[in-house]
Amino acid sequence: MTVPSPRAPALCANHVSRVLPATVPVTLIDDVSLEFAPGSFTVITGPSGSGKSSLLYLLGLLDVPTRGEILIDGQSVSGRDSEARAAMRLRTFGFVFQFHFLLPEFSVLDNVMLPMRQLGTLSRAAMLERAHAILASLDMTSSANKRPDALSGGQRQRTAVARALANDPRFVLADEPTGALDTVNAAAVFAILRGLTTAGRTVIAVTHDMGLSATADRRIHIVDGRVVSDGAAA
Amino acid sequence: MMPLPLTIALAHLAARKRQTVVSVLGVVLGVGMFISVSGLMAGFQATFRGQLIDSNPHITVTDEIRQPPAQPLAMLHPDAAVHLSRVLPRDPVRGISGAGAIVDALSAMPGVVAAPVLRGQMILRRAGRDFAVSASGIDPAREKQVTTLEKDMVAGTLDALGTRSDGIIIGASLATKMGAVLGDTVAVSTIAGTGVALRIVGLFRTGMEAQDNALAYVSLARQQSLQGRPRVVNEIQVRLADISRSIPVAAMIEGRWGFKAAPWEETFERILEVFVLQNVIIYGSTGSILIVAAFGIFNIISTVVMEKGRDIAIMRAVGIPGHVVVTIFVVEGSVVGVLGLLGGWAAGALIALVLAHIPAPGATDPSQTLKVVQSAFTYGLASGIALLSAVAAAWLPARKAARTDPLAIIRGAA
Ligand SMILES: Nc1ncnc2c1ncn2[C@@H]1O[C@H](COP(=O)(O)OP(=O)(O)OP(=O)(O)O)[C@@H](O)[C@H]1O
Ligand SMILES: [Mg+2]
Repeated sequence: MTVPSPRAPALCANHVSRVLPATVPVTLIDDVSLEFAPGSFTVITGPSGSGKSSLLYLLGLLDVPTRGEILIDGQSVSGRDSEARAAMRLRTFGFVFQFHFLLPEFSVLDNVMLPMRQLGTLSRAAMLERAHAILASLDMTSSANKRPDALSGGQRQRTAVARALANDPRFVLADEPTGALDTVNAAAVFAILRGLTTAGRTVIAVTHDMGLSATADRRIHIVDGRVVSDGAAA
Repeated sequence: MMPLPLTIALAHLAARKRQTVVSVLGVVLGVGMFISVSGLMAGFQATFRGQLIDSNPHITVTDEIRQPPAQPLAMLHPDAAVHLSRVLPRDPVRGISGAGAIVDALSAMPGVVAAPVLRGQMILRRAGRDFAVSASGIDPAREKQVTTLEKDMVAGTLDALGTRSDGIIIGASLATKMGAVLGDTVAVSTIAGTGVALRIVGLFRTGMEAQDNALAYVSLARQQSLQGRPRVVNEIQVRLADISRSIPVAAMIEGRWGFKAAPWEETFERILEVFVLQNVIIYGSTGSILIVAAFGIFNIISTVVMEKGRDIAIMRAVGIPGHVVVTIFVVEGSVVGVLGLLGGWAAGALIALVLAHIPAPGATDPSQTLKVVQSAFTYGLASGIALLSAVAAAWLPARKAARTDPLAIIRGAA
């Protein structure tokens, strides 16, 4: 079922299930096993409520499986506590959500620098240089000092992408990043995501848009928390 | 570069200036009131205590015997295990025996002066009216060094008691009541049955009406003969250059001569106890203003935490640790606390300055204003309470912020 990958999997879900405890337990993800190769661009599709976001949260260590495990470079990370997972997210993952979640009091530049400042490995000058470089690559240089409320929807989402790239993550996970955008902007953001893989990054994006999903290397279709098809994008 | 939590904290506060200013003002008010009101109280207590200590002996030796004197056998063998049982304090003798020698010995010690006194009641009679007074037979030369009597003289001199054996000094208000002036004679009698006519050679005014109405001074020899107790002294008053030595010096006197020696702390114990109660009430009530100010801080931080759910969620999702989120909001509360503190210091100093220009109640001349004592202690205490309550008030909502599940918000916002 899985596409044979030329390289060893960087990110891997191994018989992962996620059940919400309740009087009638809700199964979000049901025994999913997936492998993601470095430098691949994968889209996850499926009907609303099928569990796409839930799967992405599990892969991004935002959530913990009730059964099975998530592996990074063959190492299980599901047993780690929430602060350890936060530390891994900071250096290894970049997230883009449907809503931009930019800090409203901060400029575009400061929003992009937020994860860098928390990581604290770069000097102030190096952080600024890097943030400017990322913004330039996303054609956001002219908006660097604007507040999020002074940006268009597409610019906000590109800022969110820039923030996701701040700490040069190996994995970029995007949950319907183009949901709030028009076709032109959506295509632009997808092109950007596509471009990220050239640096060896693993990009996984959830989308409803069949046209956009065609640009990916691989398409995983989910229904009711289960993988129903997985293969090269049509 | 500013630490990340401080940057975010300041951004949050800057975005809600009005609310921040109100919270800061709460702390300013609390700290300012705490500093000025407790300063006023400390000023009052210091004035009162100063008057009390200044106009009274620091140690009063009286003819009570509280402990048996050192026994010769024990003195002979100071290092031996000598135990004498059933040694009782002597039967109370009326008067301090060997008072002259004790006064001389005490006055010879550096920083110590002593004066002998014989106290006893007197009836002053003038124009058919009787006035009971508590009279002290004193040695004017020594008395000068030990009490403020000389300073309180408003007419005549203290020395006149030394030169005129029939002299008496009474309070100015008593003289007014008696209708007597300096130089008049009054008929004096005592329970010993002796009666004599004395001339008023001096008037004093302490400012304390009870004393000005009920005290009288005669020479020691005159008092001894009037009371029918020749060569007896029943009190030795001791004044110290350093009042903080009062307790050890009193213990030394009592140990050496056996007579009860009460330091001022013991004599004014009740008053000092009232001061303690007063402190509790003042610090408690002004401190509670600070606690109320802390509710203001709790309020603003809780509001920010509630409004900033999305920001907190993305910070957690991006990988910012929970303790950093806690720090952001605790710093926010602390910034309000510190700003309020600095403002409160200024407000407190200003209120104290204004208070120091208000005439003291009952003051006779307008230069007598309220005394406000500003101490590093009250500033420190106010700061400590303000900071601690600010941090505590911010910490509760901050902890809640760090515990929010980012997924719940991210799911909801999508
Ligand atoms: N906290 C929750 N309590 C109960 N049910 C939940 C909860 N969170 C998610 N679900 C349910 O889990 C299922 C999977 O949700 P998920 O958000 O992963 O779907 P999705 O594929 O991303 O949908 P969409 O395309 O609408 O974003 C849905 O049926 C949803 O109703
Ligand atoms: Mg979804």
